[in-house]
Amino acid sequence: MQELVKRASELLADGSVARVLGWKAGDLPYNPEPAYFENEEQLRSFVYNGFCGANLSKYMIEASKLEGKTLVFLKPCDTYSFNQLMKEYRVDREKAWIIGVGCRGKLDIEAVKRSGIKGIESISEEDGELKIKTLYGDHSISYAEAMLERCHSCKGKEHRVYDELIGESEETNDSERFAGVTEIEAMSPEEKFAYFQKELSKCIRCNACRNVCPACSCRKCVFDSNKFDSAQKANTDSFEEKMFHIIRAFHVAGRCTDCGECSRVCPEGIPLHLFNRKFMKDIDELYGEFRAGEDAETKGPLTDFTFEDAEPGVVAERG
Amino acid sequence: MQRIGVFVCHCGSNISATVDVEKVAQMSLLEPGVVHAEDYQYMCSEAGQARITEAVKEKKLTGIVVCSCSPRMHETTFRNAAERAGINPYMVEIANIREHCSWIHKNIEEGTEKAIILARAAIAKVTLNAPLKPGESRVTKRALVIGGGIAGIQTALDIAEAGYEVDIVEKTPSIGGRMSQLDKTFPTLDCSACILTPKMVEASAHDKINIYTYSEVDQVSGFVGDFTVDIRKKARSINMDKCTGCGVCSEKCPSKKISSEFNRGLGKRSAVYTPFAQAIPNVPVIDRENCIKFKTGKCGICEKVCQAGAVDYTQEDEIITEKYGAIVVATGFDTIKLDDFDEYAYNQSKDVITSLELERVMNAAGPTKGHLERLSDGKAPKNMVFIQCVGSRDVTCRGKVYCSKICCMYTAKHAMLIRDKYPDVNVTVFYIDVRTPGKNFDEFYRRAVEEYGVNYVKGQVGKVAPQANGQLLVQAVDLLDNKQILMEADMVVLATAIEPEAGVRKIATMLTASIDTNNFLTEAHPKLRPVESPTAGVFLSGVCQGPKDIPETVAQAGSAAVKAIGLLAKEKLMTNPCTAKSDELLCNGCSTCANVCPYGAITYEDREVNDHGIREVRRIAVVNNALCQGCGACTVTCPSGAMDLQGFSNRQIIAEVDAICR
Repeated sequence: MQELVKRASELLADGSVARVLGWKAGDLPYNPEPAYFENEEQLRSFVYNGFCGANLSKYMIEASKLEGKTLVFLKPCDTYSFNQLMKEYRVDREKAWIIGVGCRGKLDIEAVKRSGIKGIESISEEDGELKIKTLYGDHSISYAEAMLERCHSCKGKEHRVYDELIGESEETNDSERFAGVTEIEAMSPEEKFAYFQKELSKCIRCNACRNVCPACSCRKCVFDSNKFDSAQKANTDSFEEKMFHIIRAFHVAGRCTDCGECSRVCPEGIPLHLFNRKFMKDIDELYGEFRAGEDAETKGPLTDFTFEDAEPGVVAERG
Repeated sequence: MQRIGVFVCHCGSNISATVDVEKVAQMSLLEPGVVHAEDYQYMCSEAGQARITEAVKEKKLTGIVVCSCSPRMHETTFRNAAERAGINPYMVEIANIREHCSWIHKNIEEGTEKAIILARAAIAKVTLNAPLKPGESRVTKRALVIGGGIAGIQTALDIAEAGYEVDIVEKTPSIGGRMSQLDKTFPTLDCSACILTPKMVEASAHDKINIYTYSEVDQVSGFVGDFTVDIRKKARSINMDKCTGCGVCSEKCPSKKISSEFNRGLGKRSAVYTPFAQAIPNVPVIDRENCIKFKTGKCGICEKVCQAGAVDYTQEDEIITEKYGAIVVATGFDTIKLDDFDEYAYNQSKDVITSLELERVMNAAGPTKGHLERLSDGKAPKNMVFIQCVGSRDVTCRGKVYCSKICCMYTAKHAMLIRDKYPDVNVTVFYIDVRTPGKNFDEFYRRAVEEYGVNYVKGQVGKVAPQANGQLLVQAVDLLDNKQILMEADMVVLATAIEPEAGVRKIATMLTASIDTNNFLTEAHPKLRPVESPTAGVFLSGVCQGPKDIPETVAQAGSAAVKAIGLLAKEKLMTNPCTAKSDELLCNGCSTCANVCPYGAITYEDREVNDHGIREVRRIAVVNNALCQGCGACTVTCPSGAMDLQGFSNRQIIAEVDAICR
């Protein structure tokens, strides 16, 4: 972390960048938040630890409009989002100085809490273990156990776009990415409906998933615009409430990089990434393997045509 | 607020027999904005249209809903009526209560209920309609004909005769197509080459016709009146300007054992070859896959023997980009593969052949120089069996469900010719039905039976089994006599089903022309617009549209030409005003719409916008109305909903859905 701060200070000092986009400590030991830093003084509150899951790519949309370059710290998976945003002309590569930071998996405070640990006062890492001091005594939990779901199905520790790299990464992928989707696919329609009913009925329409999503970067969201009837429709009753998530999944289909931010920020713990992964699995099966954001040029299969594309009939029969 | 009039048509009794038209009119009156509703026997008649124009004037209507037949029939009629009455033609909506209600329902209550709902949807939509004005686009006075068989040749000749430039693109080395492979033609028995080659020569000599052989269409963009087409001229390896057509290269070519496509694999050709003697152009091509020079780098004999110095191994594919106002598809057909028809032993015995192969056998330039002989041992056959409907009218999913239409006649022709030339050969034809409608067709078939003694047996063949003695054992059933037949034959000829040429799917996709489940191109209307594709500016000629014989093909080729000429003769075309439009305040500038636009109609510009007081330069999508064809692909792909289709806006469609679901 000190290396990141040092490099950031240098670049600020020599005028290469006008500001730094990183994470600063929050009010709790496990909730650092995205922040701008404009001088060394401000950089004192900079942190980079296991809880810095926030994907900073989306903030670069606004940062691209500001004077001068912005130094942004991107984890390997965040760079996919940055590429996708570049492809869609939403961020300006020229306005970004990208430092690719090492990543050995990000932590999920909910996973820690699920293991029964409460009243957390401080968290520190030691030899692959999290040492947790709580009001009720000391606890420990293995790092892997406390990791976000998305890190267990990590898409790799290679940065897809960067100006320089700092820090080491460690492989964390130890599960099958589409296992959750396959499980749901095997359900009967009634079971599926019941499953989604159960999950989506928790939604409180706080819009956190949408606000954090790098693919949900429309200037004006269809759910907020009075130009469409969807603004009112989306929460008039429980059925339409669910439509919000389905429409959102359709809107990001083929563009979602599977960064997992939607599920990370959901206060109700809805596994929203499963919707997006269903689309990814279908795209892979129908059009060949594709990962949004791998580069900033390749057209996505849903917005490109080739003679090898699956015929609509094939898609319809397959369901 | 709109003032809407609803006009419900009886269509004689076509609609009123299954839909309570009066009730539809009454119920429409309850909808918001509707100030007038009436029903009438024939809304499309002059009297019917007069009722509309009168109501517009009397009730000061601003929008019209006509509940009638499909908009494909009479939308233009009613739009014109609206215009005459002084309101914008795009303020008219059609509720199709004939095809969607009366024709598919038997129960009047159900039909009426659905008609009321569809009327409601149309009313909801017209409430949100806005006047639209069509633009104009130019017409390139040049036509493209894809395929150089008899259909393509005839279409090209007719268009050229009207004074327009025509390009023919033919994928094989010569024009002529399937007809050039035929020996004689029914019902007059004149030689196919004798009547085809004059047409080929005429096309090639015509100063308005330009022929690209050994070429394929690579890419098509644009729209009616203004298509841009990339044509790939495959490397011929022979300089067409220098070659004299002497044929020495083919003669001296050491690679001679290549299966001849022209002779349906029954003969051999060399690696440098012209497919047949009357080929146009009379310039060979080097088949690079089989040429020793291209395979090993050694040889080069053709280059050495060519006096004209025309052989050029360095030639590369050339892409020619040309503009066209109209495109005619004349891609023709092939026979189906018989791999799934094991019972006829086609793959096991050389003496089981298809009818098209028999054409080559009977032809003087064919593999047997026109002698009827068994291909296994060269012996003259004594007993021949013809099997009809091999893969046609087939419901087993191995073949085609349709009738290939030409087989009954050509089999009668083959049978008659064989009995005429070889009277000692017994000919038996197994058939499901003999179908011979057409001028002088039935007379022709009866001659085969009555004068030439061809033995027609109604019944299908179950199995053809090659015997150790070289004979073919044919197991069949005689349905009229109700008995099993077991007979030996020396040769079996299969009237194999025909299907559209393999590449047609790709061409149809490039042209955005629709095709049916059998890969035949779909016509705009099966009865009233049989030579037009639903895609404007694309016309259909010959078997690519459906099975047909030579007289029908030539007739259709002429019709397609007339339609193309009608288009080329226009100075300007009115464009469809239902084009896409981007809302600059909602546009993200993400380029997704430009990626999916098949017409290249969307570009981006940096424009200063005023978004509720925030002034900034944004990347905004801009639609070129002359290029946009209103397909709507951009509107569904736009994540922010900034793209909308005028006349079919998202709001209008949602209003329709809401009205239906109410």
